[in-house]
Amino acid sequence: MKSLSTSRVLVLAVVALLVVAPLVAPAFYVTLLNYIGLYSLVALGLVLLTGVAGQTSFGQAAFVGLGAYTTAVLTTQYGWSPWLTLVVALAITLLIGYLLGLITLSMGGHYLPLATIAWGMSLYFLMGTIEQFGGFTGITGIPPVSIFGYSLEKESHFYYFIWIVVLAALWACANLLDSRPGRAIRALKQGSTMVEAFGVHPGRMKTAVFVIAAVLACVSGWLYAHLQRFVNPTPFGINQGIEYLFMAVVGGAASVWGAVLGATLITLLKTWLQDLLPKIIGEAGQFEIIVFGILLVIILQYARDGLLPYLQRFVPQRDRVLPAAADRLQHRAMPMANSPVLDVNAARKTFGGLVAVNDVSFAVNAREVVGLIGPNGAGKSTCFNLISGALETSSGSIKFMGQELTGQTASTISKLGLARTFQHVKLVATMTVVENVALGAYLRGTKGIIASALKLNRDDEAAALAEAMRQLERVGLAEHAHDAANSLPLGKQRIVEIARALASDPILLLLDEPAAGLRFAEKEQLAKLIRGLKGEGMTVLLVEHDMDFVMGLVDRLVVLNFGQKLAQGLPEAVQADPAVREAYLGA
Amino acid sequence: MDSTIAALLTQDGLTNGAIYCMIALALVLVFAVTRVIFVPQGEFVAFSALTLAAFEQNKLPGTVWLLLALGAVAALVDAGSLWREPRRLVRTWLGTSAPCVAAALLVWLVASAQLPFFVQVLTTIAAVTAMGPAVYRLAFQPIANATVLTLLIVSVAVHFVLTGLGLLFFGAEGVRTQPFTSASFTFGALNISGQSLLVYAFTAFLVIAMAAFFKFTLFGKALRATASNRTGARLVGVSPNFAGSLSVTLAAAIGAVSGLLIGPIATIYYDSGFLIGLKGFVGAIVGGLASYPIAAGGAIFVGLVESFSSFWASAYKEVIVFTLIIPVLLWRSLTTTHHEEE
Repeated sequence: MKSLSTSRVLVLAVVALLVVAPLVAPAFYVTLLNYIGLYSLVALGLVLLTGVAGQTSFGQAAFVGLGAYTTAVLTTQYGWSPWLTLVVALAITLLIGYLLGLITLSMGGHYLPLATIAWGMSLYFLMGTIEQFGGFTGITGIPPVSIFGYSLEKESHFYYFIWIVVLAALWACANLLDSRPGRAIRALKQGSTMVEAFGVHPGRMKTAVFVIAAVLACVSGWLYAHLQRFVNPTPFGINQGIEYLFMAVVGGAASVWGAVLGATLITLLKTWLQDLLPKIIGEAGQFEIIVFGILLVIILQYARDGLLPYLQRFVPQRDRVLPAAADRLQHRAMPMANSPVLDVNAARKTFGGLVAVNDVSFAVNAREVVGLIGPNGAGKSTCFNLISGALETSSGSIKFMGQELTGQTASTISKLGLARTFQHVKLVATMTVVENVALGAYLRGTKGIIASALKLNRDDEAAALAEAMRQLERVGLAEHAHDAANSLPLGKQRIVEIARALASDPILLLLDEPAAGLRFAEKEQLAKLIRGLKGEGMTVLLVEHDMDFVMGLVDRLVVLNFGQKLAQGLPEAVQADPAVREAYLGA
Repeated sequence: MDSTIAALLTQDGLTNGAIYCMIALALVLVFAVTRVIFVPQGEFVAFSALTLAAFEQNKLPGTVWLLLALGAVAALVDAGSLWREPRRLVRTWLGTSAPCVAAALLVWLVASAQLPFFVQVLTTIAAVTAMGPAVYRLAFQPIANATVLTLLIVSVAVHFVLTGLGLLFFGAEGVRTQPFTSASFTFGALNISGQSLLVYAFTAFLVIAMAAFFKFTLFGKALRATASNRTGARLVGVSPNFAGSLSVTLAAAIGAVSGLLIGPIATIYYDSGFLIGLKGFVGAIVGGLASYPIAAGGAIFVGLVESFSSFWASAYKEVIVFTLIIPVLLWRSLTTTHHEEE
């Protein structure tokens, strides 16, 4: 029999407590737990959106209101079944969430939260204004939900329904985060360039997360309407929106349970403050918001990851069981040795009046290691970004395996078999080494968000992790598979980046200053690894300014200076070239 | 609708728009220097009108307690982080806590001595402006390097704290202050109040002054440099903390003046600032939180939309104004090139 891990025991204990609570606790606590459940659902969406994907919404309360009002109007005025109204509410939420996301998320930054403030305000005013919605007095007489003819009229019965939904949502979100799309979502905070290089569409991913958060809020609202059997606009205002965000920030994004922790703490604190503050101040009013606001500022200043990590310290974390390294994914056909792989022809990049890359031409053939070198400011990195699609070429052509790359997105280029590393290492600090490497295999998997949330992705997942392990063994870092990516020294982080690139099964490996900042021994290891890869049939283009590092490593060198090609050829010949010596030594 | 109503609505819209414009300018200013989307700007407006109203009613303004609270907490926080360096501590106190305490004393003096209107106005501006450094020090300075998103969450939290404190110290009653001038001018069918003209004049002055300050003065450029690169700014001798504190203080001063100007036009409650602020905000977004003249134009447009929609569909006034932001964002997303925040 498998022994249970401590964290699993804890989850089971929480579930057991939830099962017995209504049998032993007074009605007041059942009510409280009902609300904690409803709030947890909304906070869960925000944990994914804010904590994991690095976006935020102040308008979640409006989505809760959307769920509550849709069912309130349709059940009381049109006599629809609550189950049917749930479908309608979800459809509206999906549409609005998708549209808001589409408009704001491709711009990045702060436009989504701003749009959600406005959307939250206008929906709140709409709910209070439209006559059919009962104005600020609201709608009464909402029927209870029945399941198979059994009516959940009693609060303690509805309690089980709420918590089954909450636990199911927690399970699904935890599954999602630990999957192919989940790794992409967790990588979003690293910036678009990195995820795009592995074929992830960041705008689409963020929109998906925003829609998930909106759906969770909508379900919470639907439940709320059938629990209260009454709705009015008050609980769906912008104040409640910030309270939801507060729950997510207090709990933190270290795990989906952060949402439950945050919802519990805030609900208890609010109940307590609403009791206490009027006694101190001597008058009624929403004074708890002062305390919440101050606490929120303090938590963001001193514990940006929320409070859950403080509790998790007491729970021993066991390494997950990984599949053995195996080669179970499809491979692309590799080109024959010396056939052309990359052909850069008169590539040009201008920034305003500055010509950063001035009609540079060179070629890379299969199984060759080519170094693109030059002093600082020579245009190496710009050239590299043109090839990888991070920058758009102003004129000229770049062909890869006969296909034109100019005008293609980084993600399309990555699909063609080009994989890159980054000069400033871009590993996801909150993921383990093996998860980071598995992100590289993103395009070789197929399972999407829904399949992953429902755990219908076991084969896909096992194959991706086996591939990640295989690449880690290939680069000699298998023993670090379970380590947090940012716990490794820089030299090893660079090699993890190479493993991640290899996991995408590339034809051409692009290395951006792989030796920068490395110590001598680390450089030796890196050079050995690159030679090994070449032996296995890999084609490599590396950008460097460290002459010594590239000399014994590459087959050919291309030298840039002031955006122009200065020389190219065998390393020894290039090194002897007087123009190159002058560029490097100024002599 | 005939032309008289249209002219009236336009005038109304322009006056409100000019107020939103001042808010929008302050928001652009704070964002340009600190990357903070300064949601609490509206609170400065409300606190200013409430302070002047309390003076007029011969009551002690709640501003005194607000200032003392801010000053005391800022003093304690600074003492906690700088107690090893007494000299720096005293200098910091002089910059943040001392203005709060001094302003509180001044407000108390002016209220108890019942000094004339003109003195009350200046005191109100001083009192609200003095909140700027303390708010920046307490909420934003410790996380000045955080992402725009984190700063925005903190900003929203500060807004709620200030609104709660406003309710605590000013009470829930709405106020309307005396106009600065009772003069009015007639142009054909139009009757323009002197108060409206004051609003227009100050707004126009502000638009020009801010655009010129950031474009032509070295100090303005230094402030802008801080926003794009704090470390770089420090290396060339610009203190990012000072720049941030200064921008919020300027925003507070602008808020104070807007509050004085709007006080006689609209009834102000402790929480009125939020709606006023958000409308200024819609204007600021039109300018992408970057351009002063475009933000000003956007804010005036918001005022006009509001005024005309209150005629055609008064119940949906707020809905229309806030839904306006969506097409504006859409338009911006189609016209701005993708920009990555690292």
